[in-house]
Amino acid sequence: MADDSGTKSMSIIVTKGSLDWAYPPMILSTTAAAMGLNVTLFFTFYGLTLLLKDPDLKMSPLGNPAMKMPMMGGHMGMPNFMSMIPGVDAGASAMMKDMMKKKGVASFAELRSLALESEVRMIACQMTMDLFEYTTDDMIPGIEIGGAATYIEVATQSDINLFI
Amino acid sequence: MADQTLDAKGLNCPLPILKAKKALTPMPAGSTLEVLATDPGAVKDFAAFSRTTGHELIEQSVDGNVYRFVLRRKA
Repeated sequence: MADDSGTKSMSIIVTKGSLDWAYPPMILSTTAAAMGLNVTLFFTFYGLTLLLKDPDLKMSPLGNPAMKMPMMGGHMGMPNFMSMIPGVDAGASAMMKDMMKKKGVASFAELRSLALESEVRMIACQMTMDLFEYTTDDMIPGIEIGGAATYIEVATQSDINLFI
Repeated sequence: MADQTLDAKGLNCPLPILKAKKALTPMPAGSTLEVLATDPGAVKDFAAFSRTTGHELIEQSVDGNVYRFVLRRKA
């Protein structure tokens, strides 16, 4: 939140929990914190799973025509029907994680712990926790539980508000 | 010669920035941190990091595919 010292601030509503969508909020929040901003993340709906102790992040080529993986010197997309075959989504997720490792991209777990370390405030949506039957025991320590009003208060005091 | 060197070679965005910030935090004001990186995006990013945080970017060079930045920790 903005304060008297002129410190800038940013908030992000995190609504998605797949491997690819997990990155933007973590990259932006850790970088903003490193640049001296106060950062708050509000995790709701599928974004909430990013706060689980051991999230098994996956992605799917289903309905994602832009997902083209580098292959044999070119880039290859995957037809939608492929996603129905057992193991294809898991394979695509493993391939993405492997590619990230090779290219020096941080793992999600690493970015999340860097975010916590740099005091990024993480708020889990109470309603989503009730809806999907999660308890604080399922979540990593160091987070807060809150609702829409908690987020709106933060947003009114933030210089940057994003929805991802 | 910088007071401290951070090897961020092989790391991709945003890790060089995050590691630089982590290294700078405990350093005394006015001391210098040399960062070595291979991420071409680091050129624009360290300039932006410097402008936003006030840690001055006092030197910048490139040798082959290695970018070198020297930051002076702000007071």
